[in-house]
Amino acid sequence: MFWRVGIDIAMAQLTNRRRQTLVSVLGVALGVGFFVATSSIMSGSEKDFVDRLVNNAPHITIKDEFRNPAQQPVFSVFPDGAVALSHTKPREYLRGIKNYGAKVEELSQKPGVIAEAALTGQVIVRYANKDVSASIAGIDPEKERQLTKVETDMKEGSLTRLRTTADGIVIGRGMATRLGLQLDDLATVISPTGLVKPMKVVGIFYMGNLLLDEGQVYVLLKNAQVLLDKPFIANQIRIRLPDPNTAETVAAQLEGRWVYRSDSWQEVNRDILGLFVIRNAITYSIVGAIMVVASFGIFNIISTVVLEKRRDIAILMSMGFRSADIQRIFLIQGVLVGVLGMLLGWTVGLALLQILASIKFTVPGMTDRQGFVLDYSFTQFAIGGFFSVVSAVGAAWYPARKAAKVRPVEIIRGAA
Amino acid sequence: MSEAHPLLQACDVTRILPAEVPVTLVRDIDLTVEKGEFLSVTGPSGSGKSSLLYLLGLLDVPTSGEVLIDGEHTSGLDADALAALRLKKIGFVFQFHFLLPEFSVMENVMLPMRRLGELSHPEIESRAAGLLDDLDMASQMKKRPDQLSGGQRQRAAIARALANDPALILADEPTGNLDTKNSQIVQEIFARLVSEQGRTVIAVTHEESFARSTPRNVYLVDGKIARDERR
Repeated sequence: MFWRVGIDIAMAQLTNRRRQTLVSVLGVALGVGFFVATSSIMSGSEKDFVDRLVNNAPHITIKDEFRNPAQQPVFSVFPDGAVALSHTKPREYLRGIKNYGAKVEELSQKPGVIAEAALTGQVIVRYANKDVSASIAGIDPEKERQLTKVETDMKEGSLTRLRTTADGIVIGRGMATRLGLQLDDLATVISPTGLVKPMKVVGIFYMGNLLLDEGQVYVLLKNAQVLLDKPFIANQIRIRLPDPNTAETVAAQLEGRWVYRSDSWQEVNRDILGLFVIRNAITYSIVGAIMVVASFGIFNIISTVVLEKRRDIAILMSMGFRSADIQRIFLIQGVLVGVLGMLLGWTVGLALLQILASIKFTVPGMTDRQGFVLDYSFTQFAIGGFFSVVSAVGAAWYPARKAAKVRPVEIIRGAA
Repeated sequence: MSEAHPLLQACDVTRILPAEVPVTLVRDIDLTVEKGEFLSVTGPSGSGKSSLLYLLGLLDVPTSGEVLIDGEHTSGLDADALAALRLKKIGFVFQFHFLLPEFSVMENVMLPMRRLGELSHPEIESRAAGLLDDLDMASQMKKRPDQLSGGQRQRAAIARALANDPALILADEPTGNLDTKNSQIVQEIFARLVSEQGRTVIAVTHEESFARSTPRNVYLVDGKIARDERR
């Protein structure tokens, strides 16, 4: 029977000090609001970034290189021997992935897996006496469409036109502007081996990344093989998996089997993914600090109430309220401040998100203005609310205990 | 058995405040109060009147000796059990009204009943209204304590003490802050509680006239009972 009267008393004491209550509720609300907003930006940009990592590039790239140089035979013959070798000249391998056709075929058998053989290298694109150096990728347009987002980033023409045009090339908008190239113009492509090949621009993409927009071109695999003078050679197998999260284990399996270096998207971007962990740690510690400050506010108001209400506590006890009842009355006040702060904080958070959503800015390296990618998921609202209630109850704990320890006789005697 | 028990019994009660120099508040108090008695406790200031009242009302715990309520031993009880006894069996009236300022008079009177939780809300309301009406406070029920006069506040405090229908009313200088007229009213209320409702009232006071009006007077000196007179 305590709860209803206890909540009434707690509410009455809070509403009686409306301004202080409001201030401490605002403290919590700002904490929650900023938490919601920052974690929404953080998790939004993280998700967006990971999304791009996963969707813009293959999940696994098998390359024609080896992670470790081959072991000298003498070491395998005498594994325990005191053998030392120095200044050995590493054996030169023929570059390229052996038998890539069979490998691609085998990988493509698995459901949901898309595998493509590619040949990459460097070329120079020349038009009207201007040169731009570029990374060239010889690809299979049909598979490239499914592997990466080049096709969706096409502004003019299309990847598939590579198939229907003899000697077609797809370039970025940055390069097109620099060279003054337009769709269906003939550009000259010069390879490091000295081969010069006029190629027709069949597509212009725009990814928003300066490096790619100015320096990446796509041609058919067989054209790349001719240009780079590597007939029947592919130096990459690009793979897309049904579940990107399995990329790391699958890559390890493939590397174990074929020895060729197999990079999963996680491995390639390990530093960035690591950065996200640090970033999250920073976010949470800042928000934690805000909540600590807010909980000092709660501590302050409830301590004050306890000090001021010692007579009321004493009379309640003399009336027959138990110590635990008194403690609960003040804990309820903490909960109320926490819950009010949570609700108001959610509103503040939503408002901040509205403002953030309307902000546009330019990122160095990107060519057009963009906004924050925000994550509106319920998780951060829930976490923020949890933080606020926990810190409010935590802050109320000590004063509530002090209130429970009030000895009514001393107070009543002192008042008389 | 129960009819044989006095309402309140103090057996050899001593209360010493532990300190560097321990202070003896009351010493070797033996007191038996029967149901329906009206008792005043007097004595010079510092003689332990209020301390005795707090011990009898289970607000304080004796250093040695024991207080029995309705024949029930209280020495082994923990703080919660003592609180439960206070809630049901004892009503306190202090020199200051100690009404909660956030609540109306009516709500203040309802607090002990709501804590006890034996009556439904409408029952609690009508009982609180009845108690206040009895004390001529019907028109003040909705007011806050700070809108009342001193006498009205004290009557509200008495109504609150009566909320859970306790057999025992303990009053600590209940007229100490009142003018003569209001003091008279409060004394009459106490007399009425005893004569009409059969309650037991123990009132600490330093007012001669109040002390003389009660059928029994206990006079304390230096924490001991010096006289216990019945008139």
